[in-house]
Amino acid sequence: MPERIPVIEKIMSANDQLAADNRRKLDEAGIIGLNLMASPGAGKTSLIEQTIRKLSGKLRLAVIDGDIATNIDADRAAAAGARAVQINTGGECHLDAVMLHNALPQLGLDDPLENEPIDLLIVENVGNLVCPASFQLGTHKSVLIASVPEGDDKPYKYPGMYRGVDALVINKIDLLPYVTFNMDYFRRGVEILNPGVVTFPLSCRTGEGLEAWLEWVTAQTQDRSKETHLSPGLKPRG
Amino acid sequence: MVLLYRIHAGDPMHELTITESILEIALRHSQSRRITDLHLAIGQLSSIIDDSVQFYWDIISQGTLAEGARLHFRRIPTEMVCQECNRRYAPSGGDLACPDCSSPRVKVVAGDEFMLESIEVEN
Repeated sequence: MPERIPVIEKIMSANDQLAADNRRKLDEAGIIGLNLMASPGAGKTSLIEQTIRKLSGKLRLAVIDGDIATNIDADRAAAAGARAVQINTGGECHLDAVMLHNALPQLGLDDPLENEPIDLLIVENVGNLVCPASFQLGTHKSVLIASVPEGDDKPYKYPGMYRGVDALVINKIDLLPYVTFNMDYFRRGVEILNPGVVTFPLSCRTGEGLEAWLEWVTAQTQDRSKETHLSPGLKPRG
Repeated sequence: MVLLYRIHAGDPMHELTITESILEIALRHSQSRRITDLHLAIGQLSSIIDDSVQFYWDIISQGTLAEGARLHFRRIPTEMVCQECNRRYAPSGGDLACPDCSSPRVKVVAGDEFMLESIEVEN
């Protein structure tokens, strides 16, 4: 007779443990980490560039870029003035805690004499509204960028992503007069999935609305209390 | 300064990573006995595809104590509770709002799960 052994273990537990270790490393180095997620073309890299340009001199920034191939994004972040590391996932549709764990040492945190300390690390996830939501990285906050041309139905179609984030950027609002996008319908979907989530309607191109986003980012780095729980992105499954 | 860091080539989907994790957990609990069945609970909201997990399972379980073991998927339907009127319901279609009072203030109470519940091993 076969014997049944109860297990009751979350499948993602190995990833979650490593994410907790990443969080410890960031905390020890005094770094606030943001996990920036969005579909391809929503403006992740553009927002990063703007954030670096506007906050340089106030914050010391680093960027870890995740893409299937190329180092285009890390080049853009470096050109804007941040320390940048590119991760090429070689096909994987998301970043996971292992990839971040392996990339973190490349920021040179262990060598404070050689390298300036970092206040803010932006992790640019692979462009995808599905898989990144399932993998905690260990960052403090997760941020989603929605963009107007994607359409107002995305919260309804990608609930897992919209549910888990701490902040929502609505990019490309300068295109609102030209595309069909019902902001009320969009916001209703967001409200159902993530009640009260802070939102930043803005345009990386015109600069409209950026100020509020920059204030929020700056406030995160000043909140040194750094909650110890993992950010909801990220909500543990099961 | 840009540093290029390559992971590895060729994993097309995250189900492979997940399936490896399932195997690791099962083997750790197997008490070195042959595993015949695995019982997984997957919430409807989890973006996991049974067929993909099964596909990778057949490959990666080869040569292990879990080779040929059957995977059983228990799908847990999404269940929500309205914060206004306390109605408990299963959302239908894309609209997650409360079917009674139409409130968007609702909370997911089930459908998020993703775990290995139990395994069956030979004596």
